[in-house]
Amino acid sequence: MNTKSRRFSKNKIRVLLAKAGLDGHDRGIKVIAMALRDAGMEVIYLGLRRTPEEIVNAALEEDVDCIGVSLLSGAHNVLYPEIASLMKKKGLADKPLIGGGIIPEEDMARLRKKGVAKFFTPGAKTEDIVRFIEGAVRKK
Amino acid sequence: MKKLLKELFKGDKSAASRLISLVENDEEKGKSIMKELKPFLGRAHLVGITGAAGSGKSTLIHGLVGLLRKSGKKVGVIAIDPTSPLTGGALLGDRIRMQGHEKDKDVFIRSMAAREGVGGLSKAATRAASVLDAFGMEVVLIETTGVGQSETAVKDVVHTVVVVLTPGLGDDVQMMKAGLMEIGDIFVVNKGDLKNAETIAKELEDLAAMLPQREKKPPIIVTTATEEKGIERLLMAIMAQRTERMEIKALLK
Repeated sequence: MNTKSRRFSKNKIRVLLAKAGLDGHDRGIKVIAMALRDAGMEVIYLGLRRTPEEIVNAALEEDVDCIGVSLLSGAHNVLYPEIASLMKKKGLADKPLIGGGIIPEEDMARLRKKGVAKFFTPGAKTEDIVRFIEGAVRKK
Repeated sequence: MKKLLKELFKGDKSAASRLISLVENDEEKGKSIMKELKPFLGRAHLVGITGAAGSGKSTLIHGLVGLLRKSGKKVGVIAIDPTSPLTGGALLGDRIRMQGHEKDKDVFIRSMAAREGVGGLSKAATRAASVLDAFGMEVVLIETTGVGQSETAVKDVVHTVVVVLTPGLGDDVQMMKAGLMEIGDIFVVNKGDLKNAETIAKELEDLAAMLPQREKKPPIIVTTATEEKGIERLLMAIMAQRTERMEIKALLK
C-alpha cells in the first residue's frame, strides 16, 4: 500500500509502543514512533518505565494490532516473557510482540520461543520495521 | 456483534475495546451498534476537557480519574490527538500522563486519532463515549486535541465543558475573543505555580461575569495538575454543574 491509499484507509494499523523496566534510553523508540506515524499508522506511545501490566492493559483498551517494547536495561529475560504471558492471559496472543534494544543473540533465540515475534536491534532500518508490522498485521 | 454486546454488558474490557474500533472504522456496523446501544445510553455524565496543546489536559484528567475512583465512580476517558494531514498517521501520547489505573477494571482509557474530525474532536468520539456509557462508566471525560480559538465542536457532544488555560497565552483581549472562550461551563487556569496565574484568574473573573446567555457566572479554578492542586475543587465544580443542569431540566418538565 502506498502512502496515499493508506491515508484514506479506514482500518488504520494501531501500534502500542512502550519502554519497559528501569531505563531512560528512549531515543530509539521515539525514532520508531515517528517512523510508524509517518507510515500512516496510529501510534500510542506510553513512555518510560512501564510495567508489563500497564503495557498489556493499554494494549487491551486501545485494541492495537501490534505491541513494540524497547528495553536497554538488561532485564529482557524477565520482562518480555512476563509481557507475553500476560498477553496470552488477556486474549492478546494473536498480536505480534516486537522487541528492541540491546539484546544478546542467544537471549533473542530463547525469547522468540517465549512469544516475542521479532527483535529489531541497533542499526535496524525503520523501513524494515514498518514492512514487518504491515506484513504481520495483514497476515491475520 | 451480538456476542460483543453481550460481553460488553458483562463488563468485558476487550468487548468495549473492539466495539470502539468498530464504531470508529465501520460506518454501517457503527450505525447498527448505536441502534442496539440506544436503550442503555444517557446514564453517563459526559465532560469535555479542552484547551491548548501542552496546557495540562491529560494531567488534569489523570487527577480527576484518581478522585472519581476514590468516590467509587466508574470512569471512562476518550483522549484525542491530531491525525497527520500528510500521511494519515498519528502519535497518540495522552496516556503517558494517565498511568496507574491498569489494575482497575472500572477505568477505561482509549486514545483516538482525530482522523477526518474537525474542531478538536474525532468523528467517532461521540460514539466511542456512548460505548463507554453503555459499558457502565458513570463519568466519561473527553479530551480534545490541543485547540486554539475556534475549535468548539466539543460543546455539542458533552454535558459539561471545561476550558483549560495557562499563563503565557496573551492579554485579556485574547480572552474577550469569540469562540473557545465562550463555551466553557468551567474555566481552569492550570500551571498555577507559574507567575501570573492568579492575575489571569482575576481577569477571567471579570470577563466571565459578562458572558452572554448564562444563568450564572462560570466558576474559575486555579490548578497545578502536576502537584494535584485544585483538582478537588475542579471535580466539585464539574459535579455541581451537572446537578444544576439536571435540576433545571426537571423544573422545565
